[in-house]
Amino acid sequence: MQDNAATEAKTADTATGGSGAARARVTLGAAGRETERPVKIAARNVNVWYGDTHAIKDVSIDILDKTVTAFIGPSGCGKSTFLRCFNRMNDTIETARVKGEIRLDGEDIYAPEQDPVLLRARVGMVFQKPNPFPKSIYDNVAYGPRIHGLARNRAELDEIVETSLRRAALWDEVKDRLDDMGTGLSGGQQQRLCIARAIATSPEVLLMDEPASALDPIATAQIEELIYELREQYSVVIVTHSMQQAARVSEKTAFFHLGELVEFGDTGQIFTNPRDPRTESYITGRIG
Amino acid sequence: MNEIREDAAAPAPRAGRGGVDWHDPVLKARLAIRKRRERRLRLFGLLAVVFAFAMLGILVASLVRTGAPAFTQTHVTLRVHLDPKRIPPDNINRGNYRAVIKQAVLALFPEVKNRRKQREIVKIVSKGAPWILRDMVAANPDLVGRTITVDLPVSDPFDQLYKGLIDRSTPEAHRRLKDEAISRFDSLVARGLVRAKFNTYLFTNPDSRFPEIAGLGGAIMGSFYALLTCFVLSFPIGIAAAIWLEEFAPRNRLTDFVEININNLAAVPSVVFGLLGLAVFLGWFDLPRSAPFVGGMVLALMTLPTIIIATRTALKAVPPSIREAALGLGASRQQVVFDHVLPLAMPGILTGTIIGLAQALGETAPLLLIGMNAFITAIPDSPFAAATALPTQIYIWADSPERGFVSRTSAAILVLLGFLVLMNAVAIWLRQRTERRW
Repeated sequence: MQDNAATEAKTADTATGGSGAARARVTLGAAGRETERPVKIAARNVNVWYGDTHAIKDVSIDILDKTVTAFIGPSGCGKSTFLRCFNRMNDTIETARVKGEIRLDGEDIYAPEQDPVLLRARVGMVFQKPNPFPKSIYDNVAYGPRIHGLARNRAELDEIVETSLRRAALWDEVKDRLDDMGTGLSGGQQQRLCIARAIATSPEVLLMDEPASALDPIATAQIEELIYELREQYSVVIVTHSMQQAARVSEKTAFFHLGELVEFGDTGQIFTNPRDPRTESYITGRIG
Repeated sequence: MNEIREDAAAPAPRAGRGGVDWHDPVLKARLAIRKRRERRLRLFGLLAVVFAFAMLGILVASLVRTGAPAFTQTHVTLRVHLDPKRIPPDNINRGNYRAVIKQAVLALFPEVKNRRKQREIVKIVSKGAPWILRDMVAANPDLVGRTITVDLPVSDPFDQLYKGLIDRSTPEAHRRLKDEAISRFDSLVARGLVRAKFNTYLFTNPDSRFPEIAGLGGAIMGSFYALLTCFVLSFPIGIAAAIWLEEFAPRNRLTDFVEININNLAAVPSVVFGLLGLAVFLGWFDLPRSAPFVGGMVLALMTLPTIIIATRTALKAVPPSIREAALGLGASRQQVVFDHVLPLAMPGILTGTIIGLAQALGETAPLLLIGMNAFITAIPDSPFAAATALPTQIYIWADSPERGFVSRTSAAILVLLGFLVLMNAVAIWLRQRTERRW
């Protein structure tokens, strides 16, 4: 895509340049694997306001490439708001203001020359409630590639659709009825269709905002398995209410409380040996 | 029991240590009151519906009763000799069809020689009959020189007589038809020369001084051109305005002001729009008077707020999750609107538009002010030709003194109502066809 070494050097540079306890912990992970993976998204001193409400307070975090990062925290702690900063979805809310710096591969995504439309193709998003378009399964997946002109002809588009559906572990269930309405699928299938739709534009980062909260346990298990597989190719950031889910699917966990990033580290460490008393209270069920 | 009922509004029995006593008679009495209230509410609702339907029934029934005679027209069968001397084959349009018809009518009463009485006899046939005959010959010039049997409409008084709308027991002096005329007409009836036919003139002919050949053809075309103009103007403008307001406009004082004024505009009396059309379209821009195009523009002004409001409601009803999904894939705002939101909002938009157009179809006052209530005896061939519209035609006919126009007014109202029902049916059909489920 671009000069990888340079990107790495740049992100490493920003990582060491700033201050903040959260970032330092990135390298605290016990296993050596984490340190080898480059930083995909580097957020520095991010603040978000909704009107007068200060929703995110001075958050800095490094999201690693090809890693599942979970955002946990009680309702209203700002984890979804923060997630929506990564693809500038907060831009669509008129009262929302974002301050600070977020770099994707070293590029400032809030720079004036950055176009949120292209950014959102690079940073895919899956929402809480499955929201397929009321169109055919094929058209759902093909929509992103179509608007961005990623396929030169029908055959290429067919291939993208098939690959995306396969990666979303949905192909075998729908291959014979690609012309059926996407909205006619079951809830779990709809959510996997949304994942297929999001990965059809070959994003680098996949944001998931409580992707399994509207699903039954079996569909949830399927989605979780899928997320685990997706990290081979994408940097996945998942917001979840369920601590078990975070523990199951993620390698890194960030705990948010009242708009602040309280603690960020390896998932194992956060759940077994939290450093902050607030994290401990939340994990043991005393707040939230 | 009575005592309890009166006291039913008293507070419920206090919960003791064992909790509420659900068998307390006070509670039961309260429950009875609640149930009675519900029954009363249901009854009132039902009565309101029954009342509304009864009123509608009365309206339609009275229209059908008065209007029904207009759907048939009494014709008299004549043997007409198309004398080439009177109708020159090389100039069919200048032929003396009146004389030909006169000859044919008088042939039915060979015993009458008195000129004055002969003139009376000729009045049985409609004064519009010569034109009908002319059109017939023009369509088939070979008829000249032959003797043809033709059904021609009788004039209005005899039409009324045949339909039983003239009371024969009225003293002769108070009647338009004298006894002699009635007996002559009766003799024609007895000879089997008079019969009622379905009144196609009502739908195909333009307006006329003679009720028996007056029709709604011009008004229907006028209304059609006006509605077409109204639709072509208000549909795209209304949708564009609604999309901008709903999807793109920033929320500030200015857009609030625009929004309030659009809502106010929907409540402006239609006659005001008519005055505006008169002053602006006719006064400043010198557009043609009585033209359906101008009528359509005035109606578009009236329909715009309806379409904007309906479109905005339909756009609002599209779940935000669809917008988020498209935005999240990197669709531009324009793509979000045109690929996803608009198709989903279409059923609502179309329904709102057709209801707006149906309103416009029935609108009279603005059309009166721009002169669409003129007496026009030609069917308009373009939106710029002078024409009437259905509601203004009803207005003109309701004002006409001839007896035949009484039933024709009701018939015209029925035709207008028919078009309205048709438009609403189309709205429902379109809605069901374009609606997508999820």
